[in-house]
Amino acid sequence: MYDTIIIGAGLSGLAAGIRLAYFEQRVCIVERHTTIGGLNSFYRLRGRNYDVGLHAVTNFAPPGSTKGPLAKLLRQLRLRWEDFALVPQVGSSIAFPNVTLGFQNDFDFFRSEVRRAFPAEIDNFQRLVDKLLSYDDLGGPLGGQSARAVVSETIRDPLLVEMLFCPLMFYGAPGEHDMDFVHFSVLFRSIFLEGLARPFAGIRSILKHLVRKFRELGGELRLRAGVSRLSTSAGEVRSVQLDDGQELAAHDVLSSAGWVETMRMCDGAVMPVKRPAGQLSFFETVSALNCAPKDLGCKQTVVFFNDSEKFHWQKPDELVDVRSGVTCSPNNFLYDEPAEEGQIRITALANFDRWQNLSEEEYRQAKSTWYDRLNASAVRFLPDFRRAVIDSDTFTPCTIRRFTGHENGAIYGAPEKQYTGTTHLKNLFICGADQGMVGIIGAMTSGITIVNRHLLRKKM
Amino acid sequence: MSPAEIKEVILDILSDIAPDEDLSDLKDDVPLREQLELDSMDFLDIVMELRKRYRVQIPEDDYIELASMQSTVRYLEPLMRDITPAKK
Repeated sequence: MYDTIIIGAGLSGLAAGIRLAYFEQRVCIVERHTTIGGLNSFYRLRGRNYDVGLHAVTNFAPPGSTKGPLAKLLRQLRLRWEDFALVPQVGSSIAFPNVTLGFQNDFDFFRSEVRRAFPAEIDNFQRLVDKLLSYDDLGGPLGGQSARAVVSETIRDPLLVEMLFCPLMFYGAPGEHDMDFVHFSVLFRSIFLEGLARPFAGIRSILKHLVRKFRELGGELRLRAGVSRLSTSAGEVRSVQLDDGQELAAHDVLSSAGWVETMRMCDGAVMPVKRPAGQLSFFETVSALNCAPKDLGCKQTVVFFNDSEKFHWQKPDELVDVRSGVTCSPNNFLYDEPAEEGQIRITALANFDRWQNLSEEEYRQAKSTWYDRLNASAVRFLPDFRRAVIDSDTFTPCTIRRFTGHENGAIYGAPEKQYTGTTHLKNLFICGADQGMVGIIGAMTSGITIVNRHLLRKKM
Repeated sequence: MSPAEIKEVILDILSDIAPDEDLSDLKDDVPLREQLELDSMDFLDIVMELRKRYRVQIPEDDYIELASMQSTVRYLEPLMRDITPAKK
């Protein structure tokens, strides 16, 4: 009998596991896949290391910081700053036709960029910043205000509004067109006020530290252990049934599998809240280069691009929406030594249903076609790197579906979140994307928050 | 444990929870929250660490007693009187 079984060995599940194991619970994390990480993972292909999910860690804070999400997270996990060893970005930008706004891990620079490109809006921009700073972060109740409405009534120039929404949507909006203003505030702070960073070895070094810590504390991690069913009776989960038929018992179950996905596991349970699955998914191209990106003039860390004055955040009709995207070079962080090989990743919105409905042959063909189309679209906004490509890979909404279990390959889960983490069963809780936090630090914080709120206190 | 030993325990826990904070000038009678960057999650950790290390149970209604070092030591004294300090 376990104290807690955690479904999913992604960032939120691992962080939750560390908290529980540290405070002496018997914890088991069950993961369907052969590897850990979920959405944020890594793989090796033809001798090269690649990350999935993570472009950059947001919420950067330098060593010694006592405030902010990263400092809080490290304290909660009893990790040292050096364990993640985040290296700050070189510099990024938001590129629209004829206007580009640069940003760095120094907010004054971004402010000066807004002043340069939108001189008439600088006071309005400051008013927006003041407004979003007045919101309490992490786990506070939602204001229920449309971010589009709040931002548009503060900033007059619609182009600046679109340019602010573009990066925030790409890095964490689960629903189409708009998001809650509190969510907007959290993302704005994490990207512009705190900033971007990456460990030298990518997401694997973060995951490796989490797993090591979890195991040192006596936690048990089972890979290839998918959950097929949660047996329930009298308003409680009685046991967790694995794909291979094994049955595990626990006092509490914490699922990071997603809201809809978790509800579906519960036998006999009528879904208490009708809640649509997310619709927004990504297609990504990954290109290995024969030189460093900066040698080709690609000096930026991340470039958010959009090819018209209006930014569209919605499920595309086509397989991929190449009008807009995010390019990232994992090389362009301020490392002490150069990364072993140049890489460029480009991400854009994609339509899960259309990818899902392709035959195997069409799917293979489409990957190649859209690899070319998305890169062709992106090189309108960054130097053409294509002649330096020596190897490539792509992932599609189907890949995301396979590794996260999220319906529709929904990258940020369902649009409607369950902030409390509670369900209709008194010993079943959820964490991760559908609990409402996004980003690398946000995902881990989600696991911790739900553990603190529901799973540690009740045993006192 | 004597009040002085209990204070040492609390300082040790605080240095684990908040390794980047300077605890040397901590004033006993001023709320911890005003001197350190602590939030409710950190206060939960003080409680959980006391339970983990010394099996001291603090009900949620009593968390308020942990406001300052002085009030914490005063609150813990009867609960920890019979505990022998752990050897470091």
